[in-house]
Amino acid sequence: MKEQSIKPSITIYTPDSAMRRPGLLVREMLSDLAASRELAWSLAIRDIRAQYRQSLLGFVWAFISPLSNTVAWILLNASGVVRVADTGIPYPAYVFTGTMLWQLLVESIQNPLQQTMLAKPMLSKLNFPREAVILSGVIKMTSSAGIKLLILIPAIFLLGVVPDWHLALVPLAMLVIMMAGMSVGLLLAPVGMLYTDIGRGIPLLAQFAMYLTPVVFAMPQSGRLLQLFQYNLATPLILTGRAWLTGSSSPMFIYFLAVAGISLVLLLMGWVLYRITMPVLIERMSS
Amino acid sequence: MEKDLLIKVEGVSKKFCKDLRTSLRYGLRDLTGEVLGKPASMELRPKEFWAVKDVNFELRRGECLGLIGKNGAGKTTLLKLLNGLIKPDHGRIEMRGRIGALIALGAGFNPILTGRENIYVNGSVLGLSKVEITSRLEEIIEFSELSEFIDMPVQSYSSGMTVRLGFAIATAMDPDVLILDEVLAVGDASFRHKCYHRINKIMKDCAVILVSHNMSQITAVSSAVGMMRAGRFEHFSNVVDGVSAYDSDNADKEALSDAERVFTTYAPVRTAKLIVRNETVAYGEKLDVELHTDLEAALPGVRLSFTAVNANEQSVMNWNSSRSGKPMDLPAGRSILRFSIAPVLLHDGRYRWNLWVGREGSIEVLIYYMRGGEFHVQSGYQPVSDIPYLPDSSGFTVEAG
Repeated sequence: MKEQSIKPSITIYTPDSAMRRPGLLVREMLSDLAASRELAWSLAIRDIRAQYRQSLLGFVWAFISPLSNTVAWILLNASGVVRVADTGIPYPAYVFTGTMLWQLLVESIQNPLQQTMLAKPMLSKLNFPREAVILSGVIKMTSSAGIKLLILIPAIFLLGVVPDWHLALVPLAMLVIMMAGMSVGLLLAPVGMLYTDIGRGIPLLAQFAMYLTPVVFAMPQSGRLLQLFQYNLATPLILTGRAWLTGSSSPMFIYFLAVAGISLVLLLMGWVLYRITMPVLIERMSS
Repeated sequence: MEKDLLIKVEGVSKKFCKDLRTSLRYGLRDLTGEVLGKPASMELRPKEFWAVKDVNFELRRGECLGLIGKNGAGKTTLLKLLNGLIKPDHGRIEMRGRIGALIALGAGFNPILTGRENIYVNGSVLGLSKVEITSRLEEIIEFSELSEFIDMPVQSYSSGMTVRLGFAIATAMDPDVLILDEVLAVGDASFRHKCYHRINKIMKDCAVILVSHNMSQITAVSSAVGMMRAGRFEHFSNVVDGVSAYDSDNADKEALSDAERVFTTYAPVRTAKLIVRNETVAYGEKLDVELHTDLEAALPGVRLSFTAVNANEQSVMNWNSSRSGKPMDLPAGRSILRFSIAPVLLHDGRYRWNLWVGREGSIEVLIYYMRGGEFHVQSGYQPVSDIPYLPDSSGFTVEAG
């Protein structure tokens, strides 16, 4: 005999939008988030294992691209093709920290859509808490951020910069960068599931946005370009992360906190959006 | 006492779009509708159709609904609605308890990881906790018969092995509602048998919805039938009625076309024509067959084999002249060979016939018909299993002692 729980759970499906019952929506979101933890780990470990099992270089890939980017910009700067204003710290350290942090941001933006695309066959055939897809993305991103940090710390010593106690704040900066990226990614994911243009457009726009962020260039001293850099919400994130890595305090700490706050709000909105739109998306992708 | 009601479906409808670009545009509009909390409209937009229309049924613990219908009739869409993968456009679905769905076996398997690792991943996708999986690990491996290969990457498994593993994991959970979408059509015969057994065991304690094109499977396990036709759902509390509705739905389309018919003759046969005298024969009655031939030369010692084939392409009856013990000689010129098959002990339904005429003791063919024609059997007896032949079971006695 099967044990019968006293009150079996009842699931009801109706055409009404979940937005019409916000209380229930929040309750379901929280319970699904709790229920998806184990699955998220399981999926993340699956992907990480599979990724390394079929790779000789393994986690080296995490810094090959920032490294090549750094080398390219050092060469450009040294040859005088591109003249970068004084960055305050050795230029190689400036570019390397900048590209590492920038890469983290771009990966975080791409992550929700990539995760959802990867889980498409499962999403369209099995019912499981959809939060697990995103949560496993968070776990994967955190592990990759951890690896980045492990590379960054010895690298900045090698590049001639001595960090100070601010180093302890770096994980916080990375966390905010990830949160900011994922909040944008999460908001884009539903439309990105319908139209592939989003997935293609993100790297392209990111490439462009990089030049409006102090990643490889120093902040401009004045003029319209300075304004653009300042309006760019990614600027405080990169500057703060780099400052803490290279032993100084953040030049835009309040701005950084403000972006963190905005990201948190966007993240929650993105979560709601992702959740309520999933049935619509599954219907369009499997039919 | 009435067993608990586990599934309640009321007036459920779902529309789909025929065109991808339009579908994506509607998708975008539906996204905003969801966010703004707009109610779904019951109107069809251009290029849309009802994939599922106004479905109503209830299912209790211990009951099994056989869901049948032609491809594209809306069966899988209905299952996806029941499983909560997509939302209905109208109506209401109420499900109680843990829902197990075997719509796709092994969805989420990572080919690079080993079978054992995939058991954990797949199990947690299906809603089992790690502890639950560990406690059932041995059982899963044993049932899948993969203990030798369980630490090999899944990409080196054959498709049958993958499905076996998927089935073993999916049935390891104890669901209250079990949804099965044609998953029994896989694996070799002995494993399939094991699967039936397992499902039958699970079924006793839950409500099952089974999609299958195999009518004997439906009759064997279902307590009611839901027949789908172009999104419409018809409920039959009598399984046999449902199956006959499905058969008649299929019959129109299955009328024999010339393209399907194979007919060849070899010298000295000039022409040949086989005629089944009675196109419809009642159970236990006689089927009269004539073979009209025109030969260039006499053919002494021929052998004739007439086979009836059912809708599943199974040979169900064979009339063979070699069993008569008499030589069959065909004269030169025109002649008519007549024989009767009696009694015809076949299920209700449409049958096609094949004919093979050759020289006795040789494989040389003289006349060959494949799907040459059809005849109909009318029988009050209903199929009870896969067995195509239905012997007369009227003669038995029961004695005391």
